[in-house]
Amino acid sequence: MSSVKDWAAPTPISENRSGLIGKGVDRYEGRLKVTGTAPFAYEVEAPSPPAYGVLIASPIAKGRVTLADISEARVAPGVRLVWTPHNVPAQGERGAKINPRSQRGSNPALAERVEHFGQHVGFVVADTLENAKAAATLVRFEYAAEPADLIFEDRFGAAEQPEGEEDVRIGDFEGAFAGSPVRLDETYVSPLQNHAQMEPCATTAWWEGDHVTVHTSIQMVKGGQHTLAETLMIPSTQVRLVTRYIGGGFGGKGQAYDDLTLAALAARELGQPVKVAYTRQQMFQATIHRPAVHMRVRLGAQPDGRLDAFALEVVTHCRREAPFTEHAANFARSLYAAPNRLTGHRLVKLDIPAAGPMRAPGEASGMLSLECAMDELAEQLGLDPIELRLRNEPETDPETGKPFSTRQLVRCMTEGAQRFGWDRRNPTPGQVRDGRWLVGLGMAAAIRGNFLLPAKAGVRIDADGTITLRQGMTDIGTGTYTILAQITAETLGVPLAQVKVELGDSDFPPAPGSGGQFGAATAGSAAFAAGMNLRKALAELATGDPNSPLYGDDPELVTFGGGNIAVDNRAEPLDRLVARAAPDGVYVEGSITPAADARDYSQHTYGAHFAEVGVDPDTGEVRLRRMFGVFAAGRILNAKTAMSQITGGMIWGVGTALHEYNEVDPRYGSFIAQDLAGYHVPAHADIADLSAMFLDEVDDKANPMGIKGVGELGIAGAGAAIANAVYNACGARIREYPLKPEKVLAALP
Amino acid sequence: MKPFTYERPADVASALTLVAKIPGARFLAGGTNLVDLMKLQIEQPTHLVDVSRLPLAEIEDTPEGGLRLGAMTTNSQVAADARVRARYPALAQAILSGASGQLRNKATTAGNLLQRTRCPYFYDTTKPCNKRAPGAGCAAIGGIHTNTAIFGASEACIATHPSDMAVALTALDARVETKSGSGEARVLALESFHRLPGDTPHIETELQPAEMITAVVLPPPPAGRQIYRKARERASYAFAIGSVAVAGDRVALGAVAHKPWRAEAAELALEQGASPAEAMAAELEAARPDGHNDFKLKLMARLGAACLTTTGAGDGQ
Amino acid sequence: MKTSFTVNGQAASLDLDPRTTLLDALRERLDLKGSKKGCDHGQCGACTVLVNGQRINSCLSLAVTHEGDAITTIEGLAQDETLHPVQQAFLAHDAFQCGYCTPGQICSTIGMLKEAADGWASLVTEDLTADVVLTDEEIRERMSGNLCRCSAYPQILAAIRTAGGLA
Repeated sequence: MSSVKDWAAPTPISENRSGLIGKGVDRYEGRLKVTGTAPFAYEVEAPSPPAYGVLIASPIAKGRVTLADISEARVAPGVRLVWTPHNVPAQGERGAKINPRSQRGSNPALAERVEHFGQHVGFVVADTLENAKAAATLVRFEYAAEPADLIFEDRFGAAEQPEGEEDVRIGDFEGAFAGSPVRLDETYVSPLQNHAQMEPCATTAWWEGDHVTVHTSIQMVKGGQHTLAETLMIPSTQVRLVTRYIGGGFGGKGQAYDDLTLAALAARELGQPVKVAYTRQQMFQATIHRPAVHMRVRLGAQPDGRLDAFALEVVTHCRREAPFTEHAANFARSLYAAPNRLTGHRLVKLDIPAAGPMRAPGEASGMLSLECAMDELAEQLGLDPIELRLRNEPETDPETGKPFSTRQLVRCMTEGAQRFGWDRRNPTPGQVRDGRWLVGLGMAAAIRGNFLLPAKAGVRIDADGTITLRQGMTDIGTGTYTILAQITAETLGVPLAQVKVELGDSDFPPAPGSGGQFGAATAGSAAFAAGMNLRKALAELATGDPNSPLYGDDPELVTFGGGNIAVDNRAEPLDRLVARAAPDGVYVEGSITPAADARDYSQHTYGAHFAEVGVDPDTGEVRLRRMFGVFAAGRILNAKTAMSQITGGMIWGVGTALHEYNEVDPRYGSFIAQDLAGYHVPAHADIADLSAMFLDEVDDKANPMGIKGVGELGIAGAGAAIANAVYNACGARIREYPLKPEKVLAALP
Repeated sequence: MKPFTYERPADVASALTLVAKIPGARFLAGGTNLVDLMKLQIEQPTHLVDVSRLPLAEIEDTPEGGLRLGAMTTNSQVAADARVRARYPALAQAILSGASGQLRNKATTAGNLLQRTRCPYFYDTTKPCNKRAPGAGCAAIGGIHTNTAIFGASEACIATHPSDMAVALTALDARVETKSGSGEARVLALESFHRLPGDTPHIETELQPAEMITAVVLPPPPAGRQIYRKARERASYAFAIGSVAVAGDRVALGAVAHKPWRAEAAELALEQGASPAEAMAAELEAARPDGHNDFKLKLMARLGAACLTTTGAGDGQ
Repeated sequence: MKTSFTVNGQAASLDLDPRTTLLDALRERLDLKGSKKGCDHGQCGACTVLVNGQRINSCLSLAVTHEGDAITTIEGLAQDETLHPVQQAFLAHDAFQCGYCTPGQICSTIGMLKEAADGWASLVTEDLTADVVLTDEEIRERMSGNLCRCSAYPQILAAIRTAGGLA
């Protein structure tokens, strides 16, 4: 196993001779996307015309299907098959046999047992989408409904400690808190939220013999492949899963859903390609969501602001059969110094759709609590909110004592304050007006963990010099194609145009996929390793080839640049070398594994958000006026795509603070918002002047390239900055998100 | 969607005859609401009579000094019209505060008036709804939805009318011109065009079966200033949680009732010299919030008072 | 039922199920899959196309109603290898991430710029009787019918300013 010490040595990435690393090059697949020619899963051309599958959802929250009458639907125009719990083909149990990494916890498709409103209980395939949709309305179901636990707040008494978890206690929180001269004890509530990816889940599937090919919208290639293989009860080698373009994931497409299962099953049954997409309504009811979170924050401080005692206790919920914990307290374990600490989670099991990861799980909700509590405490103490944070800046990780690999939180805050004009903030709320608008400023810190997972990549060079990187990785809009092209081109010293990147195929060397902000570091490090291995192979090829000007040179002295391979002033173009010495091309793989000592460091990305909002005193409407963020997230691979990730995350924070929530009907277990008119993600008019910057940073403890993730950092803390700005604008301290007009209005004098 | 047939008659008379003759036939104009609801099986026409290309898309000056908006004028067309912008700014503002640019390019004047509620229990067809299935019950009552009526709700329905445009038209005292299959023409005041739910919430307007809106007529603009303001849960592309239109001395409220709500009590109070806040308080005396939508009292009080203050309605009485 | 229109300048004549939306006709019948289905209910804008030069939600428009119309989709904007200026600006400003809302954003931009050039007002136009100036606030309001969950709004704004000659 490698050590982080190995990662400090100079590399083609750190040397960055052609300057591709960090450069804001256009998105690799951008031309396809702006011309509408990037095929998403539902749009992939199948070998023959596909039939259309449509799903039918349960109107009850819990119970079972007692009758499914398909007689009318079966004979409706164009119908090819109608499946219900009573005639759907057998499916293997998931996660049990073939591969332990497959997702567990989801039912086989069309189970007779109903575990949440919106669970699919029927499936119709027809020759056209119109016929399939019409026939789906003709299947008649009867149910035996059972009492269901639907309301989070009603079930707090039944909250359990998540399996295998303990509260983290350091020092004596209760004792220290009781003795603290300044105390805060408040509860913050973050609502249930939906991913609302623009592209609904979709699959196109076909069979050739006993092999199935599925094009599907999924963030995790291998997980999807193994899950489907288990479901179909065939070896994974007979499943090819392809996911070239994904219309947004955000964690919600980390797992296989019924579109994948049923498209594959139906294509086998019919001997014809089948494609299936969720409706927008099904996206709400039958995928995962971010659960609601209750967060009790207690802070005990000295009059100078130093924290004696800190606690963040979280209660959240999940579907009864699909345990998942929104770890909204974890971030706080590394954020502020305080000798006496308590953090932990409790979980309520409900009969509603499954909770699961959504962009920055944990931080996105959790920071809405502590980062407002710090604002409140700062006011109690008469301190500037930044000053309070500076006074609680730890030297080492406040819980583990481990050194930070890098930590530029202070600089993020001070640099941001200066650029944003934080000194113009009037600490007394409700003092600034612009026309009818009450104007306020707020800030919050950001922290998000950094991770590296095992991954592989393959790279080949062909006789024409084209270098092709292949990886079972996904690009969900994150810029993966682009950064992998940059890494590969820089590693091999070739122009960007000479590099091709192929992703999202289970036939390619595996990578864990997109999630947890680990994609760039993980996939990128494997691509870098593959590139380094190709350098080695080419150096050996050239120095061992009597026809090469490098013949007989020490392979260790070979350099790459400008498309050439060289030693001193002897050089030849890569394409000439390969065409001559390896006309079939050269293919190598590379891999990355976490360093054995990586966990000896406390490793995170950091940032600071600054927001200016206006509050309409007539309506309680809040409008963002300005937002700025400063972030430190390791070496930035692409200035443009990284910025897009970060500002996108900040805008998610705006939505979290002001717009987004869903609720469960207490009688039916259904979500109230089931479409994009009911569930408000930020629209363009909600986002005023919003920008960000990155601090220079290289984290040589993170991975061989010193990079970190940026996909989730932007949302962490962003909503709290908005909420703090709302308080500053109008004096309304609303601890239950989002800050929608009716709540702000109620709090206004 | 259930199967249906489609035709596009060349003139109004043929369209009226077709809809009168064919059971389950419906007029199709911009389709932005009807097609939406057909996809959910909430609307299930057997036959669509496409009226979108009928010669009803003109905006004409009336001899009285008002404007006649053809039924098939698009929302965009009306909001862009120089006469509307100059003389009926509240109408332009109301239209432009609704939906999106794309939707306004298709949505028509007549269709806007006939759009159905956005109550989530109406849209979720697994729930009882007296609008969708008369007598089934109302799932919104006892639900947790807050964007419900504070005026004129019934035990059968607490939904609101979602239109912005119709609120401004109510304040502007617009009239609706219709024709029916027999060729009979009628004129209805917009403020009495929509109905309160009572025990027949599925009957939303005074239109008879096979009766078609042919135009909306604006009287000459009233003396005094006009305004339309809307509160909502995001800055754009969202339905109102409350809105106010003021045109001269007339006031109408949106998202508070099953119909655009003319605030007659407020108007009367203003006439009697009340302040804007007093006028809104007078109007809201009749409000009956249900515990979930109580915020609308404060919202309408403040938003209404702000609008009346801006226009100076009631000044000089 | 038989329906004829032009798509990107090409005549198309289809025998259509009246239930088929323009969006599904484009995607499933004409193999023009650039227009996207995000919500199928006019709530996201991903399906935006231009009909006779005006932007509409193709998901809420029945294809049979488009007899004789001139329809432009994302596939009809680039001239051979040369991108339309709006496409080029979206590419240069990284005005998209996943790319799913992008065709709708681009078609909507083209329609929006024409609406503004024609002097149409928006909700944020201060003086309804004055000429329209496409400020940032105007662009944001006018483009609000196109949701972008990746939230590329700042980049979309920059792209539109460039493409609209407003930069």
